[in-house]
Amino acid sequence: MARTPHHSLAGRQSRVYACACRTGRLALAPALLLPTVASAAYSFNFPEPVTPIARETLHIHNEFMLIITILFVVVFAIMIYSMIKHRKSIGHQPAKFVGPTGALQWFWALIPFAILLFIDFVLMGIPAVQAIINMEDTKTKADMVLKVTGMQWKWQYEYPVSGLKFISTLSTPRDQIANAEAKGEHYLLEVDKPVVLPVGKKVRILLTSTDVIHTWWVPQFGVKRDAIPGFLRETWVLIEKPGIYRGQCAELCGKDHGFMPVVVHAVPEPEYLAWLEAQKAEAKTAAGGADRTWSKDELVAEGKAVYEKVCAACHQPDGKGLPPAFPALAGSKVVNAPLLDMNGKVIKDSHVDRVLHGKAGTAMQAFSASLSDVELAAVITYERNSFGNQMGDMIQPAQIKSLR
Amino acid sequence: MSTATTHAAEHPAEHYPGGLMRWLTTTNHKDIGTMYLTFSLIMFFVGGLMILAVRAELFQPGLQLMRPEFFNQLIGVHALVMIFAALMPAATGFANWMLPLMIGAPDMALPRLNNWGFWLLPPAAILLTLPFTLALFGIGDGALATGWTFYAPLSVQGGMGVDFAILAVHILGISSIMGSINIIVTIFNMRAPGMTMMKLPLFAWGWLITAFLLIATLPVLAGAVTMLLTDRHFGTHFFDAAGGGDPILFQHLFWFFGHPEVYILLLPVWGLMPHVLSTFSRKPAYGYTAQVYSFIAIGLLSVVVWAHHFFTAGMPIPALVYFMFSTMAISIPLAVLFFCWIATMWKGAMTFETPMLFAVGFIVLFGIAGLTGLILADVAADAQYHHSYFVVAHFHYALFAGGIMGVMTGVYYWLPKWTGHMYSEKLGKLHFWLTVFSFNLTFIPQFFLGLAGMPRRIPDYALQFAEFNAISTLGAFVLGLSQLLFAWNIWCCVRGGPKVESRVWEGAEGLEWELSSPPPHHSWETQPTVK
Repeated sequence: MARTPHHSLAGRQSRVYACACRTGRLALAPALLLPTVASAAYSFNFPEPVTPIARETLHIHNEFMLIITILFVVVFAIMIYSMIKHRKSIGHQPAKFVGPTGALQWFWALIPFAILLFIDFVLMGIPAVQAIINMEDTKTKADMVLKVTGMQWKWQYEYPVSGLKFISTLSTPRDQIANAEAKGEHYLLEVDKPVVLPVGKKVRILLTSTDVIHTWWVPQFGVKRDAIPGFLRETWVLIEKPGIYRGQCAELCGKDHGFMPVVVHAVPEPEYLAWLEAQKAEAKTAAGGADRTWSKDELVAEGKAVYEKVCAACHQPDGKGLPPAFPALAGSKVVNAPLLDMNGKVIKDSHVDRVLHGKAGTAMQAFSASLSDVELAAVITYERNSFGNQMGDMIQPAQIKSLR
Repeated sequence: MSTATTHAAEHPAEHYPGGLMRWLTTTNHKDIGTMYLTFSLIMFFVGGLMILAVRAELFQPGLQLMRPEFFNQLIGVHALVMIFAALMPAATGFANWMLPLMIGAPDMALPRLNNWGFWLLPPAAILLTLPFTLALFGIGDGALATGWTFYAPLSVQGGMGVDFAILAVHILGISSIMGSINIIVTIFNMRAPGMTMMKLPLFAWGWLITAFLLIATLPVLAGAVTMLLTDRHFGTHFFDAAGGGDPILFQHLFWFFGHPEVYILLLPVWGLMPHVLSTFSRKPAYGYTAQVYSFIAIGLLSVVVWAHHFFTAGMPIPALVYFMFSTMAISIPLAVLFFCWIATMWKGAMTFETPMLFAVGFIVLFGIAGLTGLILADVAADAQYHHSYFVVAHFHYALFAGGIMGVMTGVYYWLPKWTGHMYSEKLGKLHFWLTVFSFNLTFIPQFFLGLAGMPRRIPDYALQFAEFNAISTLGAFVLGLSQLLFAWNIWCCVRGGPKVESRVWEGAEGLEWELSSPPPHHSWETQPTVK
């Protein structure tokens, strides 16, 4: 996976690269035709595995590639031999046979199928069943649970025991995507808040989604599992080596499917525990903010940050949206309407209702589940007072708390 | 037998209207076959242009040419166009042209149904692509953007392009089912005296299994997309967990159709291969009976393996093991076919005209599809391959090298029979070598991209994938441009060229080669007999 030599894992990566080349060439001989430029990143096999499953998968994959390469070469060697020897132009007279005759010919005709049966159900089949049982065993000796929730187009990570929960979104600047500035080393594979996991611990990963089907995939972990709205799916990882591992959503999930990476920091356990404590303290401080009264300027400033992280992908940084799928907020009738009813309750289909509860059948999801009171109050206030909207009102985090 | 051949030539076109009305109202299997093939060729270029736009966007990292929404529309509509409007009509065109000639029938059994079956296609193609045009005028947000698989709930969320695609699929499905009924009835009832089922040309056998598969599975697709339509507009919750539904139900229904669909596209080609190989090896097809039973076995197996398309969605271990082993089992009848193809060539007297080149190219490249398919069946390894470019490369080896190159084999093989003129061998061979070269240039890098971790259906990618994507795009453009040679060669052959004999190819065997080239408008008015 490494592209540049100054990557921190460069030494190891180049070793992987070398071994990958070997298998790759075995797999598909025509690859030799491709120029192997030293500076370019031609990777011919899986990236370096860092979990037992990924290691096993790479092993199985290499074995299978070898098997099918042999099958390919043997079968087509026979065919090419025939194409050379049995040509009309060298005067070969056509035979007349249309099937095996005699016991010996039947024997030779059936041998390939016996071999194939053996390959299918013994040579490949038995390790495959073992691998399935291993892959599906999420519960035995699991040390901890990580809950992953896919959302258009970000991932939410939750540590159920400690109650920590946060959203992780793409941090690659839009200008890089639009080719307005040079692309960074981890272009499209970088996030604002990576998920942190301890090495050497079996992590049971529960997956779900709030909107459409997403797929959580980190190639170096060897697991890929769908996140399905309304259902829980599970898988597990046991990361053996500290490092930063990058992956992507693998199931088409709408317009920004290509822009929701997964980044996992695998660290030694003490470091992980320290990180967890720090995060919890930070979350506590943030939650404390919900009880105090915020000024409008504070809310707008905070709201702008939330908007750009969470909302701008669809409604665009300038609030003009991408109609008709993603409506404009600038001048929107929903935004430019009363905030709450006279009893301080949510009006159906109002701005607050939309942000808290989403709109069924569209990409607009219920953000009450994923954003904090402060973030919700801030973003609503920001939207009502930006993009030319001049409602002048605001909503306090405490109000949001009571409306949940 | 040859007495029938000159008959229609003596009665020129007074039986049917001329001009456009001839084509609108025709019930002649040759006319309808020609329309199917022409439509297919046009849509092949339409679908090709879409994917060239996609490949152009993927030439470099970053978004250069289009927004991700438009990218998503192109990939899905590309697939639907290629599958439903290019490959399937090409196979139906072959069946229309060749089945009556091969089995000694004067026409298809149900000629009016035949006409209707074709004329449903252009409206369906328009429905499928119209949202692109409408979006230009500010109506709606473009075509289907969910990929060709329509996965719910993404498709529930989508714009009106989804509705257009659902209706298009319905119409295409009706057309295919009518075509299938026609083919089954024709094969069962209109064979020449003496042509028992076990003397039926293998092409007809391949198509017979295809027709049964279409009738068995298309209604399931129609049901699934109708449920989607009612989820979208009429308040049902088939695929919405909040209403007691299940998004994965859609995948089960879709792939119950989707997997047999692969064989629907390939069986007519597998049926064609022994004819071509035997002709150019000047030796009868090897293992006729074994091939027939393999077709049947593959047909039966194809409807019980569907869930291997979504192993990563999560399912119980017994289900994983079952779908893995049943998928692997398909390799056995498929290997029988490979064995028979190579055994047909073995000890023949081979020459390598364009159809033979395409047939050999088909066998080798389709072999890669089969072998990579075998390892994709492995659940653990599939967790890495699935939804990556490895799968994209795999199924293009199956559907381009297997499907489209198979169709090209048939076109070059039968074009002289249809037109009475020989195409340009020089151009044909050039077309073959350019196609094979650029096809591999396009798709071999995609295997490596998938292994390195590039997911499919993304409009932009990390920098480590840049080199292979650039190579792949280069290959795709050469591949696309070389198909112009194909169209040009066909055009010239239709317009003129050296006259050919009835038998066209030295080693060709079968009733179809006993008719003149081109065959008279009405052929086999007197039934031939087969001994």
